[in-house]
Amino acid sequence: MKFSPALVEGGTVLLLFFSYFKDLVGREVTVELKNDLAIRGTLHSVDQYLNIKLENTRVVDQDKYPHMSIIMKIDYVHACGVCIDLSVRNCFIRGSVVRYVQLPPEGVDVELLHDATRREARGG
Amino acid sequence: MGSEEDSAVKEPLDLIRLSLDERIYVKFRHDRELRGKLHAYDQHLNMILGDVEEIITTMEIDDETYEEIVRTTRRTVPFLFVRGDGVILVSPPLRTAI
Repeated sequence: MKFSPALVEGGTVLLLFFSYFKDLVGREVTVELKNDLAIRGTLHSVDQYLNIKLENTRVVDQDKYPHMSIIMKIDYVHACGVCIDLSVRNCFIRGSVVRYVQLPPEGVDVELLHDATRREARGG
Repeated sequence: MGSEEDSAVKEPLDLIRLSLDERIYVKFRHDRELRGKLHAYDQHLNMILGDVEEIITTMEIDDETYEEIVRTTRRTVPFLFVRGDGVILVSPPLRTAI
């Protein structure tokens, strides 16, 4: 797992999590939104704002929020910042509506994360 | 207190750096709390936490007795990215004698 060169330099471009998510492309993640909706899918891409594109998306069924599942069945854009293409279950999620992302624990080098964080923190 | 790296504490984010690879307590918006091991963070307080417990506190008021019923909901997640705009405060979980 490598981080982008921009991260390793003095710290003018501080995009640690962008690099981390780029390394996670292809893995299964669960994105929990600020409106409590949880969406599971394969990470397709991410950008510097941590906008997320998922493939093979499905709603993590929480019976607490059945009305949220219904919203997910509507086509295209709606106000919560999630756009779903139902024909292939692809999904774009605006970074600012994300509360958590549950990550796969395997295959993550936490030491690398620690080192990258220390370097990034120093640049600030 | 040696300084193998540039570990001078100059600004508040440096205090958080001291907690890397340690367990921390995070107070989060909407009456949520997280306890987990800090693996990464940035200047927005985006974080990656390991072995996380999330505690959600809700308060209901009984219609008849007007008593406050405090409920907590807990769940654990092995590895979690937390978006920084929900973070209120970050702290070590407990102070233990050195």
